[in-house]
Amino acid sequence: MAGVIRCGCMSITQSVVKAEDLDLSFAKTLEQLGIERVLTCMQCGTCTASCPSGRYAAYRTRLVLRKVLLGLREEILSDPDLWLCTTCYNCQERCPRRIDVVDLIIVLRNMAFATGHARERHVQISRFFVETGHLVPINEENMKKRRELGLSEKPPTTHSFPKALEEVKALASYFGFDKIVLGER
Amino acid sequence: MEYAFFLGCIAPNRYPNLEAATHKVMNALGVKLLDMEGASCCPAPGVLRSFHRELWLAVGARNITIAEEMGVDITTMCSGCYATLKEVNDLLKEREELRKKVNEALSKIGREYKGTVEVKHILEVFYFDLGIDEVASQVKRKISAKAALHYGCHLIKPTVHRRWTDSCEDPRFFEALVEFMGVTPVDYRDKLMCCGAGGGVRSGSPEVALTYTMNKLESMREVGAELLVNACQFCHLQFDLGQVEIKERYGKEYNIPVIFYTQLLGLAMGFSPEEMGLQYNRVEAVSPVKAILERSAE
Repeated sequence: MAGVIRCGCMSITQSVVKAEDLDLSFAKTLEQLGIERVLTCMQCGTCTASCPSGRYAAYRTRLVLRKVLLGLREEILSDPDLWLCTTCYNCQERCPRRIDVVDLIIVLRNMAFATGHARERHVQISRFFVETGHLVPINEENMKKRRELGLSEKPPTTHSFPKALEEVKALASYFGFDKIVLGER
Repeated sequence: MEYAFFLGCIAPNRYPNLEAATHKVMNALGVKLLDMEGASCCPAPGVLRSFHRELWLAVGARNITIAEEMGVDITTMCSGCYATLKEVNDLLKEREELRKKVNEALSKIGREYKGTVEVKHILEVFYFDLGIDEVASQVKRKISAKAALHYGCHLIKPTVHRRWTDSCEDPRFFEALVEFMGVTPVDYRDKLMCCGAGGGVRSGSPEVALTYTMNKLESMREVGAELLVNACQFCHLQFDLGQVEIKERYGKEYNIPVIFYTQLLGLAMGFSPEEMGLQYNRVEAVSPVKAILERSAE
């Protein structure tokens, strides 16, 4: 069957991968971004077997690696399951090829975020971060608790120091992050 | 002994009782916790690092420079904050070219990362800096209870950036940190599994996060755990607030009191459950803990 590769690991998604969709340089790009040895993945499945999200959801780490090796870039980045990794590091600690699997997921997520595949809730908490310096900012209920506990009403963080908040905002702006997350309003 | 006390988000902004309890306990131990004025979110390794790794590095480095100016090592109660600050610190100490890039960004806000301080999880302060014997000598009463310990992920992994000598597949230092209080740690199915909250899963896919949490609570109940003891403010939230969410969503009730390590230590040092802020937990903790303390005194 010319032009069509049947990929064994794809059986759970029942898909046929077309040769023209493959970007075989993708794994190489990821190696250059610091994910060493990613090309040595032998699809043993230790990652998937060690993954709690694999147990509770449809997320399959081995499948992500397989797609990386095949260079199915768009399919990886647009897959909402990419966001089911809790970064527990079981896969990374156990990988017999010593591939930094979690670091790989992080790099892929960075690419997904930059290309508009972030979840709305994640964009929303990013706005909290850019606006307050906290991904989880203070609220009335907890200011009251703090007073009752004898703590300062607001913690001694960016919440209490406007100049410090300006520094965090300046860094967000330096990397263009504010535009990415505030621009989507 | 003094440390720059890195707060993060969850303790100061959602569970300030942990912050207040930790101040009381450390003060009683003669350890000074100094405010890191103007610190921000660490930023979280599961979310912000997943969104923009370079910004994560730069903001993490900025937080570290605050402690560098103070001239003291950092400690934190959150394994997520610990992961970010420890790994940013390690990476910038090891990689010259990365440090150059980060310092270029920091120069825009008049800061420079120098690499002059260490980052320690608060359990490391007890285990390595104070030492178990010293901490144990402060115990004034026994707590005879079966406790399910939750190590969490980032306290022990990735091991290349951690100080523990135990295997991450079977660590025992947390057990050693509670046994001198008379607490009996009970092994349970999936003891080393994640709470479910990390990696942006709590914010992005709460139903998946709660499935983790529920499974852990189920196996803790199977072995008759009376307390859940944790060492991370985000895990603390996931287990405490998570039990409320599980009840709302699935109608299941576990009623396992969730206690942060310093709160447990404070109780053993003679502080009352109220002084340790247990009344601010979402899952009732004051009365079960009082019952345990009364039973233990008999």
